[in-house]
Amino acid sequence: MSTLEIKDLHVSIDTEQGNVPILKGVTLTINTGETHAIMGPNGSGKSTLASTIAGHPRYTVDSGSITLDGEDVLSMSVDERARAGLFLAMQYPVEVPGVTMTNFLRTAKTALDGEAPSLRHWTKDVKTAMSALRIDADFAQRNVNEGFSGGEKKRVEILQLELFRPRFAILDETDSGLDVDALKIVSEGVNREHSKGEMGTLLITHYTRILRYIKPDFVHVFVAGRIAEQGGPELADQLEAEGYDRFTAVGA
Amino acid sequence: MADTTQISPDTTSDGERTDLGRSADKARIGAPSGTVDTRAVIDGFTEEGESLPGGDDGVEQLGFKKHSHGNAPVVPEASRGERRRSFDLADFPALTGLEEDWRFTPLRRLRGLHTDALTGTAPAVTVGGAGNVTVETVGRDDARLGSTATPEDRVSAAAWNAFTEATVITIPQETVADGEVMVSVTGTSAAASAQHIMIDARPFSRAVVVLDHSGSATLAQNVEISVGDGADLTVVSVQEWDDDAVHVSSQQAKVGRDARYKHVVVSLGGDLVRLTPSSIFTSTGAEAEMYGLYFADAGQHLEQRLLVDHATPNCKSRVTYKGALQGEDAHTVWVGDVLIRKAAEGTDTYETNRNLLLTDGARSDSVPNLEIETGLIEGAGHASATGRFDDEHLFYLMARGIPEKAARRLVVRGFLTEVIQQIKVPALEERLSESVERELAAGNL
Repeated sequence: MSTLEIKDLHVSIDTEQGNVPILKGVTLTINTGETHAIMGPNGSGKSTLASTIAGHPRYTVDSGSITLDGEDVLSMSVDERARAGLFLAMQYPVEVPGVTMTNFLRTAKTALDGEAPSLRHWTKDVKTAMSALRIDADFAQRNVNEGFSGGEKKRVEILQLELFRPRFAILDETDSGLDVDALKIVSEGVNREHSKGEMGTLLITHYTRILRYIKPDFVHVFVAGRIAEQGGPELADQLEAEGYDRFTAVGA
Repeated sequence: MADTTQISPDTTSDGERTDLGRSADKARIGAPSGTVDTRAVIDGFTEEGESLPGGDDGVEQLGFKKHSHGNAPVVPEASRGERRRSFDLADFPALTGLEEDWRFTPLRRLRGLHTDALTGTAPAVTVGGAGNVTVETVGRDDARLGSTATPEDRVSAAAWNAFTEATVITIPQETVADGEVMVSVTGTSAAASAQHIMIDARPFSRAVVVLDHSGSATLAQNVEISVGDGADLTVVSVQEWDDDAVHVSSQQAKVGRDARYKHVVVSLGGDLVRLTPSSIFTSTGAEAEMYGLYFADAGQHLEQRLLVDHATPNCKSRVTYKGALQGEDAHTVWVGDVLIRKAAEGTDTYETNRNLLLTDGARSDSVPNLEIETGLIEGAGHASATGRFDDEHLFYLMARGIPEKAARRLVVRGFLTEVIQQIKVPALEERLSESVERELAAGNL
């Protein structure tokens, strides 16, 4: 079993107006097999947390720690974090010109595993995973995310999740912009991987609807850069009924 | 010029300009003084069309006063189609560097190609490959020479006047060349020299001709290309010169009725390489594809200026040039002139230039020019995008476990492969892919 541990994390970004603190002391522990949902209003710092874990250069960690089984994640480069088993399904996956999906997936898998995947199995795995996510076979020959719709990009993120098999998956608003069918398909993909029992999931979302398909063990409400309240799945139900007003009033 | 149509933004950009992030399209500068440009400005893009009103004295360019030396004032042609063509060197005034078609070229690095008698030993030409193709070495009095192409600039005219013997490659009528025609052009001397090569694809023939430039040279070259009616000709010009080479080459093609012409440029080596490939349609129903790939390292100047001259109805052209740059003072220039003349109804044309800046300190100039004299066309468009390999691309790939260097290589390789794949000569494609890899390795990417 693995543990991803975030302790008293303070993160800021540099803007033209100066340094702006975003995360103001986040503490969170996720174990293999657990699903944690982080919910919160816009601007509460949810996505900052996701990007900081992945190591996006835009964010500066001012204090606190992130460790993976005791290893200091913050001292690792972005690619080292990925190879250590962290996966960020991005909110806005970028288009990468000139690189086909096939080439990208194989290159990434080789980098993550330290060896090239067996060609026969790999091709079959990719095909199976693509068809389960209802991704057209011809996407394999297209450039990474180039010309993909919003929903297609999100499905391709989950395709990578299933193929790369990370120890911890951070899903940054994977549900936003998806219609009901796509939401179901994407959720099924996450559940398939999660059910293997070797992955911890950090699900970041603005809405509760994805929680109908992906059942969280823990729900954290994020307000103004902090966790304002924690609970079980029932907290999500309560949020669905009441919205974030109660928290934003306090947060403001 | 009243009948000149400026195409609208909707038909020009096709939304193709943003794939590499920030676009840095270069506006044309050097419009004559006294001309007030009242045309609409497309966001990030200045469409000049080159149909500049005449009548002014045109003595200033680039915001500088006209040089006091030199006889004629610098007057940009009113239309690209009116550029001077002549075999007589005297018709081209000495270059000052302010001329529209030389303004990006560092003349002092031409090593005398524009000023000196080109009496040096020209690179050796060896032709191998297809056995059913005729190869001749002929004197300059051979009547075929100059029948297809007429020099359009001073260096080309100087080369025309200086070469002593020419290589003529003829693909006979209705003949399919049995394999690629490999023309090795190997330089051994740094003295300024001239060379003339003619490729004559007779009607209904089919061939791939590769001009493979290597070694060290200071070369002014004319490659005269005739694509006969119904012929299918591919010409690939590879510049893998040594680091000190200077190469200025005019590669003019006349494309006949229902012919297919493909021209591919691959410029990797040399201190200064300046190619001016053109496709001139002489009849109807023909198609020209022009591809280019260039990879400039620190200090290299790689320039390409294209012309597609739609003078006849119902022809199609596609231009795709891609460049990568790395290192201090790496400089690339791409100018794509597409001219759709009054008679060229039914024309279908699109030109694209993409540049990828891999490091700071490099400079890429990209100038697409589209000049349209008839509205009765199928389509006409152009796109230019110059972007940096940006942090978000890098982050995405690294977040999937791919180390930084490998991520950069993955993108550059993918970016340039599109052009290499157009060559369709497997051995050459492989060799050039390896060359690109070496460039990447040399740039420590």
